[in-house]
Amino acid sequence: MRFAPDREQQDMAATLRDLLADAGTARIARSWADGESAPWWEVWHQLAELGVTGLTVPPDRGGLGLGAVEMVLCLDQLGYAALPGPLVESLAFLPRLVPESPWLAELAEGQSVGTAVVAEHVPRALDADQAGAVFRSDGEEVRRLSGFRLQRAESVDPARRLFTVEHATAEPVAAADPGAAFDHGVLGCAAYLLGLGRRMLDTATEHVTQRHQFGRPVGEFQAVKHHLANVLLELEFARPLVWGACLSVDGPRGPRDVSAAKLAAGEAARTAARTALQVHGAIGYTAEHDLHLWLTKATALRTAWGTPAWHRARVARALATDTAPIGA
Amino acid sequence: MDLDLSPADVAFRDEVREWLREHVPREPLPSLETEEGFAAHRRWEQELHEARLSVVSWPEEFGGRGASLLQWVLFEEEYYAAGAPGRVSQNGIFLLAPTLFEHGTPDQQQRYLPRMAAGTDIWAQAWSEPEAGSDLASIRSTARRVDGGWLLSGQKTWSSRAAFADRAFGLFRSDPEAQRHRGLTYFLFPLDAEGVTVRPIGRIDGKPAFAELFLDDVFVPDEDVLGEVGEGWRVAMSTASNERGLTLRSPGRFLATAQRLTELPGALDDDRVVDAWIAAQAYRLATFETVTRVTEGGSLGAEASLNKLFWSELDVAMHETAWDLLGPDAEVSSWVEGYLFSLAGPIYAGTNEIQRNVAAERLLGLPRGSR
Repeated sequence: MRFAPDREQQDMAATLRDLLADAGTARIARSWADGESAPWWEVWHQLAELGVTGLTVPPDRGGLGLGAVEMVLCLDQLGYAALPGPLVESLAFLPRLVPESPWLAELAEGQSVGTAVVAEHVPRALDADQAGAVFRSDGEEVRRLSGFRLQRAESVDPARRLFTVEHATAEPVAAADPGAAFDHGVLGCAAYLLGLGRRMLDTATEHVTQRHQFGRPVGEFQAVKHHLANVLLELEFARPLVWGACLSVDGPRGPRDVSAAKLAAGEAARTAARTALQVHGAIGYTAEHDLHLWLTKATALRTAWGTPAWHRARVARALATDTAPIGA
Repeated sequence: MDLDLSPADVAFRDEVREWLREHVPREPLPSLETEEGFAAHRRWEQELHEARLSVVSWPEEFGGRGASLLQWVLFEEEYYAAGAPGRVSQNGIFLLAPTLFEHGTPDQQQRYLPRMAAGTDIWAQAWSEPEAGSDLASIRSTARRVDGGWLLSGQKTWSSRAAFADRAFGLFRSDPEAQRHRGLTYFLFPLDAEGVTVRPIGRIDGKPAFAELFLDDVFVPDEDVLGEVGEGWRVAMSTASNERGLTLRSPGRFLATAQRLTELPGALDDDRVVDAWIAAQAYRLATFETVTRVTEGGSLGAEASLNKLFWSELDVAMHETAWDLLGPDAEVSSWVEGYLFSLAGPIYAGTNEIQRNVAAERLLGLPRGSR
């Protein structure tokens, strides 16, 4: 029993964190929202050099073929940076959905990024105009779309560029296990939410340490301390659920465990967002401040890849017959 | 990253599970907060001890079996899952013992640990005072130097199970000149010593084991000072971190409560039940993360404050949810004692307000300052 990332996994996360910090992801998110994609692709190519774009792509398609733990640790960091783009789709979902697709080689090399419409839970394809492959997963049926016309829909998060896809052709593709792939997407989304939440906590902590009112740093006030302690509490007890779900995602309890993880991570990120905004005061409510980049993304992802109510109901259904521990 | 158990861990868990299945009393014992229940629970401790299951993590020479931290967590899971009796000896084995192992002399360890393991000595804690709850540094009870030892005087209160316990451990001000937490010393003393008056205080549930202690020149020999004179604060803090962190509330209790909750009629239609089950799982997994860190040489620091916040608030939430599900039957149900006990969770072992300050200051690095 060793319930913690090993040294290699920790190093990978730390390297990624440094790369993203240097890249200035807030600026990239703003340009991505404005339709300037070049700075984003620059980072994507850097991620490819680290192997991140092929993280979960099978080795015979040029990827690293790593598992859920590495996927979660990387998406956590990408969330911390709030890097936009179809990351959950490309790093968590599609490599599981279509592991035999030749397109995965382009993804692993960093030349392409993929996106998807997933029945019921992901109705609009994220960043479809930038994607080299657009898939539709509808129950057991998986198709690759082409000849499409895209209709932009504005998200609460300007850097989430959503598109309704009207397509000319939908070519059936060999899919592995759409249910399992969906659960990997849910898990990836949970990890990304954890990262968003932690970043908002760190930003809020920094702000209340520097901001003075009534002649004292705001962070000296007990009311403020207790707000931030509550955020830390929720995040620190959501993280082990995300890690635990990595161990069972491919087993019979995968659906239940990833739902628990997504629910907890989404609610923790929500608390982080609300609290970070509150302690920033009105400055946090402006478009000039970067907080909204994290806040609006957390708001959108809380209901993407399954709403809290949907995931809670899925856990409840599972508990009627199986209360074995998470991660077993 | 894994949750895999070694064959030795599996064998240990299975042995514990089997023994508990054969030995856990069919009928619940009377409340350990009553005289009759206290005696019944002491006999249960002796039965556990005979199977060498009372203190599994201790070295064998003191009555344990040298179980790893992971095995101890597994033991706790099995213990609560089996519905085994509450631990009347928990103040001693979970709060005092770690301090004795860390700061006690070989003589103290020999004199106290085996008797504690066997349920011969049941210990009460004498921390709180009427003017010092979470703020232990404002303790006023005194220790006055005399030939060969010390004379303890003052009042201790909110002392769990002290009405029936044999001995107590606590902090006393040995240097009245020293500031705040300096000048405190950690003492061990018998509750039947001359000068000790134990006054039971009916608890919120009416049970009489809660007590306050009045000490009037109680003589304690030098060999019952735990740690260095004047170092009582530091010695006690190592205990307090244990208390808030792992040892007081291992996940087993909350997993068992969450399980009982899911079995109530209509439970799975209530969002709070699902959330509570998930939270109990989160606590279990967080504990395995801590076990991993501690096993690899790390220590449990201020994270203990987060643990304490989490389990105490989860416990209240689960009992309140059960209450609502049971409706008018709740007030006469088997959930009453647990419900009332859960209400104390956010208060004892350092109030949750204090724990939130600790988490904010020590884990997030927020500035200290006036409250």
